[in-house]
Amino acid sequence: MDLTQSFSSLGADIIVSAPLVLTMVMGLVIVVLDAFRRNHVATPWIAALTLAFGLVMEITRIGAASGTAYYDLLRVGGMAAYVNALIFGSGLLTVILARPYLESIGHHIGEVYALILFASTGMIVLGTANSLITIFVGFETMSICLYILTGLVRTNQGATESALKYFLLGAFATGFLLYGIALMYGATGTMYLHEMQSAVGDHQTMFRSGVGLLLVGFLFKVSAVPFHMWTPDVYQGAPTPLVGYMSTASKSAAFASLILVLYLALPSTQWIGVVAVIALLTMVIGNVIALAQTNVKRMLAYSSIAHAGYILVGLAAGSPEGYSGALFYLLVYTVMNIGAFGVIALLEWDGTQGSEQSLDSLSGIGYKKPLLAWSMVFFMFGLAGFPPLGGFIGKVAVFGPAIHSGLTWLAIVGVLTSAVSAYYYLRVLVVFFMKESNPDVATDNITFSVPGMSAAVIVLCVIMLIVLGIVPTFLDVTASFFDGNMLATLP
Amino acid sequence: MAAQILFFLLATVAIAAGLGMLLSRNPVGSALWLVLNLFCIAGLYLTLNAEFIAVVQILVYAGAIMVLFLFVIMLLNLDVLPEIKDIEWKKVFGFTLGMGVLGLLSFVVASSLDILPNEISARRAAEVGSATSLGEVLFTQYALPLEVIGILLLAATIGAVMLAKRKPV
Amino acid sequence: MLAEYGPFFIQLGLAIVLAFAFLKGAALLGPSRPNRIKQMPYESGMDPIGTARTRYSVKFYLVAMIFIVFDVEVVFLYPWAASFERFLDAGVGLEVLGVVTIFVIILAVGLVYDIKKGGLEFD
Repeated sequence: MDLTQSFSSLGADIIVSAPLVLTMVMGLVIVVLDAFRRNHVATPWIAALTLAFGLVMEITRIGAASGTAYYDLLRVGGMAAYVNALIFGSGLLTVILARPYLESIGHHIGEVYALILFASTGMIVLGTANSLITIFVGFETMSICLYILTGLVRTNQGATESALKYFLLGAFATGFLLYGIALMYGATGTMYLHEMQSAVGDHQTMFRSGVGLLLVGFLFKVSAVPFHMWTPDVYQGAPTPLVGYMSTASKSAAFASLILVLYLALPSTQWIGVVAVIALLTMVIGNVIALAQTNVKRMLAYSSIAHAGYILVGLAAGSPEGYSGALFYLLVYTVMNIGAFGVIALLEWDGTQGSEQSLDSLSGIGYKKPLLAWSMVFFMFGLAGFPPLGGFIGKVAVFGPAIHSGLTWLAIVGVLTSAVSAYYYLRVLVVFFMKESNPDVATDNITFSVPGMSAAVIVLCVIMLIVLGIVPTFLDVTASFFDGNMLATLP
Repeated sequence: MAAQILFFLLATVAIAAGLGMLLSRNPVGSALWLVLNLFCIAGLYLTLNAEFIAVVQILVYAGAIMVLFLFVIMLLNLDVLPEIKDIEWKKVFGFTLGMGVLGLLSFVVASSLDILPNEISARRAAEVGSATSLGEVLFTQYALPLEVIGILLLAATIGAVMLAKRKPV
Repeated sequence: MLAEYGPFFIQLGLAIVLAFAFLKGAALLGPSRPNRIKQMPYESGMDPIGTARTRYSVKFYLVAMIFIVFDVEVVFLYPWAASFERFLDAGVGLEVLGVVTIFVIILAVGLVYDIKKGGLEFD
């Protein structure tokens, strides 16, 4: 390659990826600050401001034409900006929710915010990757930070156990992903997604084996059946607001990357069958097992598995319409899940990150904490997919394209399993409002403190959920990412 | 020709060291056998003209990872492992033979399915595998992934220290 | 190419052969009159008590993990040394130096953090 020109576009690249660069730099600043001034009060606010800046920057660029930066390794603008905005947004809400929560469990430590920023860095690199190298680097950076955040409360045996499980299984998943990347590179001789299809030549078998292994890695991260086993344990043991972050931002990044892989590298229809079967299994198993859960966090974990299934339905459609529906669903899912985990975090009283807390222990809480309980009503109806909330539009946006692509059976299963899910979502509300408080647990004696900022975040989530349900223009935004110029702008 | 002799020499020692690791009754002995095995594999990389990988193999695996292995062994204070009693050589022989046939069959299937990659010349391999050509792209084209890897290593350091050292506030 | 490593493999072979030859030669050629005192581990020192195998503290493990991180850093710097002249020839030496400096600074932040948090201390 011509080395003399190798840095000619660096300045322009840094400007278009300013939020990413800033996130990395501010993460470093927080680490240094925490090294010299332990648990400085400014730490969470530095993180929040960085994420807020990134969020605003990326929102303004959603309308911009998509392009690439850093030798086409990363995508910027358009869909990439949308995905980055999702990651920054959920990071920002999480930082605000996590600060009082971590203080209350006695683990308010500065590194958490640095790790959230580093995890966001990894997610952005993963979610906007245009090459197998950036996919792997982003995937690993994100994963390592999440393993550490899971085991944050190391004095709690459950948290340590879940972190170890997450780490061991995640390391295996990374191994699969890396092997898949090696085979794909071996078959095509290129790392760039958009060059793969034309470069495969007569190594189809090797290429497909590679793609299969790559899919295993991705499906593990989005907790799709049969790679979902870690999800309930990890969600149960990890600090609750951070679970909200893990379940939304990391899924957004992994799904966005998967969409790019499917759209750019595998435009043929041969993968539809595989994705459709996995979507079916994920929806059925996630929803059915969720019915039997008594622990709130485990129930939400299985619910998040089921939602990964719904998003996979959009991917299985294999059309730009399906991909844009899946992207829209990710936004709705982020809003609902951050809100739901935020409420659960505020209603926690057992001192072990809610890992021992059953749903029945919160009976009658609706009269003690009406704001939180009524917010939960919205999140539960949204997750179950009732109109006119965002969850309903999201489901229409992923099931509709599946029908257009001839996967009517899959959409039917999706609707049926959504109906099943209504049972366990609405049971939360029944317990909250229609049951006497349980004398054995006696939540009467526990004072739940609700900081103003946390309440504001939860109310914001409710408002966004309603807005997404009644203003359908958001769907046009995600659809515009695939209107043909995405491939045209490639070099 | 020299390359082939070298390959079989290294492969034999690697297999012998692998067996030594499995059969040694002393955990530290096992670890040292593994070091020999890793060195032989580094040599095999050299015969494939993958110079950089060979160096990394010695630097990271034979060096750093083995240190972790030895520390774990000493941490757990593993004493002499129980003796293997009555190896059934018939079974071992049968297993070896079966695996050999499986390997041969997989090779035939793989070559008929055309999943073996194209052969590349030794000259090209040496060019791609050298640290020089790697450096040329690593610090220019792949500069951003490099910095992100720095972030990843930093996060790993923080995680190790935070989880091992930090006391609850 | 492989032929370039010929001297390396020859040297390796010679080293192994010589090492064994000297050991064996010393045993064969030298006089050998062992007695009880000579065969003690420390001929004129303390008698060893107990086993050498004691449990190591988990803190060694932390040091080992930090060591791996910086070891991997060196692996990333090695190609820089190898391709340094080509960068100079192309006139991008300074830019590459900048890239490497940022990489090293990121890891130096980790080192500062370790030292301040006592990750390298044995308390």
